[in-house]
Amino acid sequence: MRADRLVLGAFLALLLLVPAILSPYYVTLLNYIGLYAMVALGLVLLTGVGGLTSFGQAAFVGLGAYTTAALTTATDLPAWLAWAGTSPWLTLVVGLLLTAVVAVLIGSLTLKLSGHFLPLGTIAWGISLYFLFGTMESLGGHTGISGIPAIGLLGWTLDEGGEIYYLIWAFLLVAMLTTHNLLDSREGRAIRALKGGRIMAEAMGVDTSRSRMVIFVIAALLACASGWLYAHMQRFVNPTPFGVHIGIEYLFMAVVGGAGYVWGAIVGAGVITVLKQWLQNWLPSLLGATGSFETIVFGLLMVLVLHRAREGLWPILKKLVPVRAVRKTIDADAEPLPRRTLPKAGELILEAKDVTRRFGGLIANNNMSLEVRAGEILALIGPNGAGKSTMFNQISGVDTPTSGEVRFLGKPVAGHDSREIARMGMSRTFQHVRLLPTMSVLENVAIGAHLRSDKGVLSSAWRLDRAEEARILKEAARQIERVGLAEHMYEEAGSLALGQQRILEIARALCADPCLLLLDEPAAGLRLKEKEALGELLRKLRSEGMATLIVEHDMDFVMSLVDRVVVMEFGQKIAEGLPDEIQQNPAVLEAYLGGVE
Amino acid sequence: MDMSIALILSQDGITNGAIYALLALALVLVFAVTRVIFIQQGEFVAYGALTLAMMQSGVLPATVWMLVVMGALVTALDGGLALKAGQGRRAAGVAGWNLGYPLALAAALGGLAVDELPLAVQVLLTLAIVVPMGPMMYRLMYQPIASAPVLVLLIVSVALHIAMVGLGLLFFGAEGQRTPAFSEFSLELGPLMVSAQTLWVLVVSALLIVGLYQFFGRTLYGKALRATAINRVGAQLMGISPTLAGKLTFFLAAFIGALSGVLIAPITTIYYDTGFLIGLKGFVAAIIGGLASYPLAAVGALAVGLLEAFASFWASAYKEVIVFTLIIPVLLWRSLTSHHVEEEE
Repeated sequence: MRADRLVLGAFLALLLLVPAILSPYYVTLLNYIGLYAMVALGLVLLTGVGGLTSFGQAAFVGLGAYTTAALTTATDLPAWLAWAGTSPWLTLVVGLLLTAVVAVLIGSLTLKLSGHFLPLGTIAWGISLYFLFGTMESLGGHTGISGIPAIGLLGWTLDEGGEIYYLIWAFLLVAMLTTHNLLDSREGRAIRALKGGRIMAEAMGVDTSRSRMVIFVIAALLACASGWLYAHMQRFVNPTPFGVHIGIEYLFMAVVGGAGYVWGAIVGAGVITVLKQWLQNWLPSLLGATGSFETIVFGLLMVLVLHRAREGLWPILKKLVPVRAVRKTIDADAEPLPRRTLPKAGELILEAKDVTRRFGGLIANNNMSLEVRAGEILALIGPNGAGKSTMFNQISGVDTPTSGEVRFLGKPVAGHDSREIARMGMSRTFQHVRLLPTMSVLENVAIGAHLRSDKGVLSSAWRLDRAEEARILKEAARQIERVGLAEHMYEEAGSLALGQQRILEIARALCADPCLLLLDEPAAGLRLKEKEALGELLRKLRSEGMATLIVEHDMDFVMSLVDRVVVMEFGQKIAEGLPDEIQQNPAVLEAYLGGVE
Repeated sequence: MDMSIALILSQDGITNGAIYALLALALVLVFAVTRVIFIQQGEFVAYGALTLAMMQSGVLPATVWMLVVMGALVTALDGGLALKAGQGRRAAGVAGWNLGYPLALAAALGGLAVDELPLAVQVLLTLAIVVPMGPMMYRLMYQPIASAPVLVLLIVSVALHIAMVGLGLLFFGAEGQRTPAFSEFSLELGPLMVSAQTLWVLVVSALLIVGLYQFFGRTLYGKALRATAINRVGAQLMGISPTLAGKLTFFLAAFIGALSGVLIAPITTIYYDTGFLIGLKGFVAAIIGGLASYPLAAVGALAVGLLEAFASFWASAYKEVIVFTLIIPVLLWRSLTSHHVEEEE
């Protein structure tokens, strides 16, 4: 038996026994912890993993709670809606649908916000929804709605704390399991790339706006389900628990527990809930006044956590339990991923014509033209600041040329998304390495195969994607071996030397099965042996028919490898030709060595 | 709605707008220099107003004890560091400013019959208590993580906001307070009665804005802050200490916050938690200026004040919903116009 399963089994057994052992007071406490953990779990996904901070989750809890409260207690529902009020299970469905619609609406408005504007936006709609709950007459105003029925399940009525306990924790555990599954999948890698890797992910074909929306909606649905359970546990709702300050508390739970970890949600909800209960009993008598003084301690505790342990408590707790992470296994029998048919050698792959890019008064690229053919390596060289990387960005869709044309496989692509261009078969590496440092080398490379697979969120959450996942991992492992990083496959990508990180980017680009490879300074930081191996790899790819455009400063490396060279200086092309010609070209010599007096 | 109601609403809107403008300026300043989103600005407003109210009712304001505690912590940290480095005089200086000053202030307040002092002195004492909390807060809470991502700094601000609200309840109680007006005359302009307090708010705001303008344009410290806002590393290489810039910024922000509180205390009843909504409206204005442009933020503040005044006439229950929902299109416009090609933190 694996140690991690043993620990998990013990935890589940304990959960099962709780209502039999503990007094109702503690069962109620655990009910709240379960409800809060569900919302915090959404924030783990949204904030900890996806990097989108939300202070407004309490409003979604309110949406779930108020939907079921209003529908199950209403006596005069219009005929077309009357069916919904008959059972809490139907109102759960209605609530989830309504929340999904509201989340998509709010999300499409606010998820475009960048950086710190987004959390400010969440405060804004969090406050607005809260005031709406309090002012709408039909929702009972500030007094709220009472007389909400208990949930019935297979003939039982869950009207006691010890009964609804099982429902709450079943919901939570299912949510945790599916979230865990989701993160360990193709979609999960796309989500994990949101924090700090959006440009890279887009270049690998990930629709990052969609991923942001996905996690926003999932987090909202988790909050809504928590609200539904809350309403039927309390049998009463009013606006207070859905205000922006409770939204802040949910975020605290996620951060204190460990915002990057699924289990952090339970830890955080547990710590904050118990602490709150304890402080609420203890502080007012200590301070000799009544009021919610626990916020003082919470606020300061939060600052302390952010100063001392920004990852939260879970990573610290995890060290105490002797469970090691399980390595992914590569299934050697998995069917290889489908490959594209490469164009015939000599066929025109990429054609840039008169590309100009201005940044205000600065002309970074001026009427640049170049061509790359299948089975050919073209080098783009030039002194620092000549505009080579800018040219790369114009070609790969990271940036849009001011004027001029880029044709890839005969189709114009200037101004198109880098995602779309990646789908057509162009793959690139970056001059400043862009990878996800805490993910393993294997998973980083697997992002490259995003477009060669199609399993979505639901299949991932319910593990219906395993066959495809095995194919992806096998392909990633194959590319890692090919570039010579096999011994580092399970290490964190951030722990590699810079040169190796560049090689990792090449493996990731190859994992996309491209017909055109753009390499931005691949040999920088490599040792001689590693450079030789890289040269070998690129020659082999060329013989297979790959077209390669390479920016590189190492002239020995370039001149012995490439077929043709384009030289840039001050944004313009100053020479083009075979390596030998270029080395004799007076204009090139002048650009590199200064004028010959 | 007739003309006179419109005029009264406009007067309300402009008065509140002036306060939001001051707060927005402080928020823009703090964000530009330190990257901190200063959510707890509103608490400084409430602390200013309620400290003054406590003095006027003859009670020793509890905020002075908060100042003593914060000062003691700063002394322990900075004084300890100075002693370790063998800089005895520096340690004494740290202790003098951070511990000696709050204790002296507490003693003076305890000894005086504060409720009988002239209003101007009470206001000065209020500022003397609340404003130093700004730089101390920077030292204790932000300086250790000054290089953290904006979002971490934001969560720290939110945490401090809720802690300060809790402390506010402890210090001032749940009752709201309203202080007497600064002076008792009013100006008749056609159908409109302009109260003295409105004039006070407008005049002081205008003076403060002009003062800040001069400070940033003419003084070395002002220019140092501007340099830090434009390029943090560059400014540091030129010898401008980011710590000093941070403390100075927080000093200014706390000053603006506390003064705003003192100014509006006679107009609105202030509760321990009123500051949050006031501060957030300053935020809406600051965001209209993209957290970068001072004039746009001021214009935004007036717009928010007017919107709020008219919304409270037409749909008073939905006043807050309207103000805060309108921030979303503004945020959207801001976020689209300030183009982020690079990764966010």
